[in-house]
Amino acid sequence: MSLLSVRDLTLKIGATEILHGVSLDVAAGEIVAVTGESGSGKSMTALATMGLLPAGARASGHIRLGGTDLLTLSERDLCQFRGQAMGMVFQEPMTALNPVQRIGDQVAETLRLRGTPRAEAEARSADTLARMGLHPERIPPSRYPHELSGGQRQRVGIAMALALRPRLLIADEPTTALDVTTQAKILDLLTRIVREDDLGLLLITHDLAVVHGRADRLAVMNKGRVVETGPTARVFAEMAHPYTRALFAASRHRATLGERRTYGPLLEVRGLRQDYPLPRPHPFAKARSQTALRGIDLDIRKGERVGLVGESGCGKSTLTRAILGLEAPAKGIVTLDGARVRADRRDPALRRKMQVVFQDPYASFNPRHPVARLVAEPLHLLGPVEDRAERVAEALTSVGLDPADAHKSIHAFSGGQRQRIAIARALVTRPELVIFDEAVSALDVRVRAGILDLIAGLSRSAGLAYLFISHDLSVVRGICDRIVVMQEGEIVEDRPAEDLFAAPEHPHTRALLEAAPVLPDSAGRAKEETTCD
Amino acid sequence: MIRRLVPGAVLSALFVLAALVSYVWTPGDVTGVDIASKLQPPSPEHWLGTDHLGRDLLAMLMVGARTSIAVALVAVGIGMAAGVPLGLAAAAMRGTLLDEVIMRGNDLVFAFPSLVIAILITAIAGPGAVNAIVAIGIFNIPVFARLTRGAALALWERDFIMAARVAGKGAPRISAEHILPNVTNLLIVQGTIQFSLGILAEAALSYVGLGAQPPVPSWGRMLAEAQTLTAIAPHVALMPGLAIVLMVLGLNLLGDGLRDVLDPRLRDLRT
Amino acid sequence: MLSYALRRLISLALSLAVASLAIFLVVEVAPGDPAGFMLGTGAQPDTVAALRAELGLDQPKLERYLSWAGGMLSGDFGTSYTYRTPVAGMVADRLWVSLPLALYALALSTLLAFPAGLYAAARRGRAGDVAVMGATQLGIAVPNFWFAMLLVLLFSINLGWFSAGGFPGWSDPLAAIKALTLPAFALALPQAAILARVLRSSLIDVLGEDFIRTARAKGLTRFQALWRHGVRNALIPVLTIVGLQFSFLLAGAIIIEQVFFLPGLGRLIFQAISQRDLIVVESVVMLLVFAVILVTFLTDLAYAWVDPRLRRRR
Repeated sequence: MSLLSVRDLTLKIGATEILHGVSLDVAAGEIVAVTGESGSGKSMTALATMGLLPAGARASGHIRLGGTDLLTLSERDLCQFRGQAMGMVFQEPMTALNPVQRIGDQVAETLRLRGTPRAEAEARSADTLARMGLHPERIPPSRYPHELSGGQRQRVGIAMALALRPRLLIADEPTTALDVTTQAKILDLLTRIVREDDLGLLLITHDLAVVHGRADRLAVMNKGRVVETGPTARVFAEMAHPYTRALFAASRHRATLGERRTYGPLLEVRGLRQDYPLPRPHPFAKARSQTALRGIDLDIRKGERVGLVGESGCGKSTLTRAILGLEAPAKGIVTLDGARVRADRRDPALRRKMQVVFQDPYASFNPRHPVARLVAEPLHLLGPVEDRAERVAEALTSVGLDPADAHKSIHAFSGGQRQRIAIARALVTRPELVIFDEAVSALDVRVRAGILDLIAGLSRSAGLAYLFISHDLSVVRGICDRIVVMQEGEIVEDRPAEDLFAAPEHPHTRALLEAAPVLPDSAGRAKEETTCD
Repeated sequence: MIRRLVPGAVLSALFVLAALVSYVWTPGDVTGVDIASKLQPPSPEHWLGTDHLGRDLLAMLMVGARTSIAVALVAVGIGMAAGVPLGLAAAAMRGTLLDEVIMRGNDLVFAFPSLVIAILITAIAGPGAVNAIVAIGIFNIPVFARLTRGAALALWERDFIMAARVAGKGAPRISAEHILPNVTNLLIVQGTIQFSLGILAEAALSYVGLGAQPPVPSWGRMLAEAQTLTAIAPHVALMPGLAIVLMVLGLNLLGDGLRDVLDPRLRDLRT
Repeated sequence: MLSYALRRLISLALSLAVASLAIFLVVEVAPGDPAGFMLGTGAQPDTVAALRAELGLDQPKLERYLSWAGGMLSGDFGTSYTYRTPVAGMVADRLWVSLPLALYALALSTLLAFPAGLYAAARRGRAGDVAVMGATQLGIAVPNFWFAMLLVLLFSINLGWFSAGGFPGWSDPLAAIKALTLPAFALALPQAAILARVLRSSLIDVLGEDFIRTARAKGLTRFQALWRHGVRNALIPVLTIVGLQFSFLLAGAIIIEQVFFLPGLGRLIFQAISQRDLIVVESVVMLLVFAVILVTFLTDLAYAWVDPRLRRRR
């Protein structure tokens, strides 16, 4: 008999049905992954199991945990089940912990609430933390969450969920907010615990590559339904449902870049250095600073497509701001097409040649302006423009949108469409260089594939050069001629894409490649690809 | 959603209307003394009764509303006119000396509650409605400066401001085009709250004699004059107090309603 | 933590210096010569000059500021122009009424607000919440001095439980506290209403945070999550308001003293204004500002106690 058995779970929020008869099972010692795009209902399924649905949501069907139907329990009885019989780990390690309580106390809390004497609870809490890799000699339980890194906080989150040794662990995108090397470690930890404790793990993730090689069984969800389920290897091999195939294809999608071309020099970054002042420990202390960039040299030639990869805090964003002239570097110079980029001077003729697309399609636009005005904003750099409307229409057309939508409010568009509008805005001055700053990181795989194709197409037809910044090597792979890897404010490797993937030289590049979860070839075998098409 | 505005808007509008009507008509004389009909309880002739000099209370309240509204409104105007540009400038120049100077100056003004400012001004220039306006207005400046700076700082970190900078726009233009329109709702809501606080502050100042001087009627002074009479004619003290409570209540409800109506946009910005 | 306190302390000293300079300058530009005012219009010019010399008004401005500020540091507030007695003594007597009144009111306000705010947040959207919020909406709208008059009307004039005003002094502490009870209530009620609203909305904000969901996933009940994880996190904005309230209460005490005929700082300052006894006005205002800045300092320390993140950063 399985540990967790969900049968015909239907969920309504108000009059809208979110889940339509979801069924899945988790056995002890088994990892079951639920995957799907945003809005597929995978998180709602997890929250329904925990009984933590948002106000106004009503669930029907059966959720049996070790023989008890959780949906029939009162809130009071459910509180006994949570923590004791099932635990949950959430996505955001930065906000999931109470910022004003020591980590040891947060892990010990459930023990204390169930009557364990203080000393014993603290000892068990320290043990649990140590088991999660937070050894007291290095990370004592008296630390506060803000003193820990993201990966360490996620370990605390897992320790909290497991403090009472529940049989079932639900992990909702537990590694999505983490760097790829940290992600691998956390996934290893979860796998180890499942095997050691004979725990059932329900792993919610949007990333098919994470599922592969980790999960015993897989359920693919789309629009509130499980469209395909079965042993992971079989699902990957058969892909009976078209949606699974579409998801898989989009995850592995590589855009067609076309011939690699290089013309004259465009962007030259020389000896770029940036420091940020650190808060002083006391008012008479010497000013200290943290170095974000330690002497960066980078060239991009006209028409060249360069990828920039690094983990959070490696200096990617600082470099972007310095290149765009938004922030003056401490040392070094940036030149674009022979002219120096300066943060303290407005040089419209120079600025026109360089535009940017940001990560968050919802934060990228002034919510009060219609699309036409949003797209036209950089035209400011060209002085008075007579054919404003034509240029906006042209830019919208080039990203595959209808120019007739120009009068609409930005609220009318989806995330993917907004990202197209952001690209249109970047193209409206006909720039030579566009910086894509994690421009597809917030998008679902199928939308992402479309945007990658668009970018590659623009580069082919218009000869556009770009710097494509991402934390994810696999995204950069198909869309760049050359790849630059950054670590702790330095460029550690800068080589043509195919060379880098074939034979990474720097240990950090190798670590990134090894940690990155890999999708199998369509045949169902996990095979590291050696060429970048 | 709009329905939420109705109670507050109606109540506030009633007082503004009463103040406006008082310029052309009042139910009695507010300057003439008629000792014969002093301290009358409410009656068909005097709807709210009369005070210790026989003046019609409703008429006094209507004319007094002019003082209250004028003082509070101008004080909000002063606070916004000075505070909003300061807050925008501080946010645009965040981390610089100018930002530091503006914010420390704000903290300093916050250390002088409006009553203390009024006391200082009165000690120097003597009491009067203008001093009340200045005192409440000065105190409003840091309120708006802080609010504007806080909201603007969050906006400056947003990608669409980055995009505007990449589009070559300077800080003043970005402040005017992108920042200010996106903090307007916040300012409207806070303005309503400061307006109601201004009504209360004006009443307090004129109660202790630091506000509008006779013969200009004001709600606070009506209460001061009624204080010794509470035992014999409680209505003289009740009516002006009720007027203050209802006006302030109306403005606060209006502010809450505005927040509810305008908040979707505000929330959209915060996420 | 210590360095944090040290930094706050330096900022406190700077604020005081700037505030004292501001007060001194504002009063200095005041038209009207205190000496001439005190002696009346018929006084001989040389008599006025003699008095000016005696009061030290003929000294250069900078010297006068330094001696005034320096004197205050050593507890010497100067000599009243009108009464020719040390200002420090006059202020100290009055402070023994105003300060206990403000603290009494602060305690009452906090005691009333916390249960109300917690209750409303826990019952969010239900009848209890609506009732509490309605009451606070009314509480905010009531001017405290008018509320004081209503209290006198009810409890003194009609019921006769309290005297309508006056202060018996601290020789009989119980009588003194009784005399301050109605004024403290009048001061506290509107502030309690504000505080309860801030606490409620701050709690509701915190209840939407991820770590509350984590706590619920650990098996805590709604109320346990609110009490064990919500309250301390919600305290940060609440502390700001409590700090600000103290200055409002102290200033408000000045007005409430007028209603209850209490011999506090308010009476002193209004007398001093009418007699143009500027040094008394200066000193009392400085004292009020000092109290506000001191409370801001204490609030900053309280932040660090509540929020470990602040002990290191900033």
